[in-house]
Amino acid sequence: MTDVLDRTSMTRRSLLKQSVALGVTFAVGGSFVAANNAAWALEVKHLKPSTMATLIQMARDIYPHDHVGDEYYVTAVKGYDDAKKAASVEEGISSLNAAARKKGFKSYLDMGWERDRVDVLRSLEKSKFFQTVRGGLITGLYNQKTVWPLFGYEGESYSKGGYIDRGFDDINWL
Amino acid sequence: MTAPFKKNDDSVVVIIGTGAGGGVLANELAQRGVSVVSLEAGKRHLPEDYINDEWASFGQLAWLDARTTSGDWRVATDFSGLPTWIVKAVGGATVHWAGASLRFQPHEWKAKTNYGAVSGANLLDWPIDSKEMAPWYKKAEDKLGVTRTGGRKGLPGNNNFKVFEAGAKKLGYKYVHTGRMAINAEDYDGRTSCQQVGFCFQGCKYGAKWSAAYTDIPRGEATGNLEVREQSQVLRIEHDRSGKITGVVYADKNGKEQMQKARIVCVAGNSIESPRLLLNSASSKFPDGLANSSGQVGRNYMRHMTGSVYANFEKPVKMWRGTTMAGIITDESRHDPSRGFVGGYEMETLSIGLPFMAAFLDPGSWGREFATALDSYENMAGMWLVGEDMPQETNRVSLNHDVKDQFGLPAPNVHFDDHPNDIAMRNHAYKQGTAVYEAVGATRTFPTPPYPSTHNLGTNRMSKNPRDGVVNKWGQTHDIKNLFISDGSQFTTGAAENPTLTIVALAIRQADHIAKEMGRKNL
Repeated sequence: MTDVLDRTSMTRRSLLKQSVALGVTFAVGGSFVAANNAAWALEVKHLKPSTMATLIQMARDIYPHDHVGDEYYVTAVKGYDDAKKAASVEEGISSLNAAARKKGFKSYLDMGWERDRVDVLRSLEKSKFFQTVRGGLITGLYNQKTVWPLFGYEGESYSKGGYIDRGFDDINWL
Repeated sequence: MTAPFKKNDDSVVVIIGTGAGGGVLANELAQRGVSVVSLEAGKRHLPEDYINDEWASFGQLAWLDARTTSGDWRVATDFSGLPTWIVKAVGGATVHWAGASLRFQPHEWKAKTNYGAVSGANLLDWPIDSKEMAPWYKKAEDKLGVTRTGGRKGLPGNNNFKVFEAGAKKLGYKYVHTGRMAINAEDYDGRTSCQQVGFCFQGCKYGAKWSAAYTDIPRGEATGNLEVREQSQVLRIEHDRSGKITGVVYADKNGKEQMQKARIVCVAGNSIESPRLLLNSASSKFPDGLANSSGQVGRNYMRHMTGSVYANFEKPVKMWRGTTMAGIITDESRHDPSRGFVGGYEMETLSIGLPFMAAFLDPGSWGREFATALDSYENMAGMWLVGEDMPQETNRVSLNHDVKDQFGLPAPNVHFDDHPNDIAMRNHAYKQGTAVYEAVGATRTFPTPPYPSTHNLGTNRMSKNPRDGVVNKWGQTHDIKNLFISDGSQFTTGAAENPTLTIVALAIRQADHIAKEMGRKNL
């Protein structure tokens, strides 16, 4: 996500100075959402930063892979920061926060346990908003070539001559 | 006369589609000196064009025209606009297929006789049998270079196969090997041996897998008797006042309508498009569609009983390395009603990459149960289950007048309900597939639902009696002498085996018949 930092011409230090913590993971400022340690930051143009932060957490809660960093989820959902999509995303995230408040929390991101957030998502899983986000993640998350190595998947092999000499039958534990 | 042919040349045989049926038929006729115009809806993609990337390849090859679904099959929920996973390109689904090349078992040609009455099933015996088909199967195997036939050796087993084989043996299965595959274990017929690339479904970049796209099609063209018109989608078939077929109307690559006259028309557009074309060709003489006096056009749609079992292990498998489907257990393919169902099923190794696994493992599922399954993707092994499903009259391809394709024609609706026999067989197969992997230490198993259909069969079925089906034993329509069906839609019943070898064998046989009948001036 350093490319995003470059574009916003913010250093990590200045970024954190401008931001406030949102939940346990995210920091938000006037026009950006960032990791609390500023490992990545995303400038938003159409969505509220807190909305994007909630969307990123929602994406992780839908397909939670503990060994996959937030930046991959950011990449998967950053396309929702779009003039045409913003209204429906704001509305969808509002419904998440409303459901969280009913459970006695301040917001979706205020819920510290995944199980509480998943309860909220389950209550909304038939909604068009949830299904759009979930369906979009199937390609948005799992079709990122940079995410494949985190699952061991090696991708294309033709340019390397296939696996005929590179372990197509190298299993050794049977 | 040599290719290219004129549009008003009414001496040519027009073949619609260039896949396992149409592509082979075109070459076989061309080799026999018959003039052929093949009309192919898709473009020509060759090995250098194929992409080792699941979604990118899907975008390049898949048939994505408007379609709708109905029925209780899960595909209608999970992939409502995508009932099938087939190809729009020169070579058709032979670009995408895995290469499994199995003959029907003798009893499967006579399902009605051997299975008896099955409630709700529209079973029928084929008007041909294994003895009649044996020489054609031999020609098909030699054409495709099928391993473990004709003295050809088998493929080496990859990691996914080794897990599968070890589990099968521990479970006591006797018949497990790397399959009869149209993928070269050694150089054959000008094609190289398999380099274990994986990505068999995305088109073989080495050409080690047989595909009509780079074998039969160019060989037919080399005779000067075959002209392939790409990006030419047939809209309707036309006839004269007597009911004889006179030609076809197609949209060329600019979307402009063209008419090609024909002496004979052979339809090989896959089991969705072939009946749709007959239905969309309805006229005042044939108000229910062409060749449909039986009312069976579009009916008895079969898609094989399918399912998959994936399993996670403690240690890496890396199932994606190497051939996608070179592994088979045939012990369950027998007909043995004591298992609670008629017919049988094959168990075949299968791997899909991470992107498709995310889409197909449990469509619609989410949360930690789903995510942790994929966390162990590297340690995953997989198999496909493919068995005989029951033909049912109500499972059918019909015209959806509410949804139009890019040419303004009614889209096909694909309706499918599982027959109780299909469900009983799938449950048995899930149990056995799970047992195979548990025998070698699987820590978690996944009985995975069917994907969009790759084996589309039966919608213009072959029958002895014209009342029971659409075509006779030669694939010639009962109603119209110069109209033939040349793809898997001819299938009377589906058998347990992957259908391509049988489609190819029927196409070679049909070419021989058509050429002889033309020579005798009967056609």
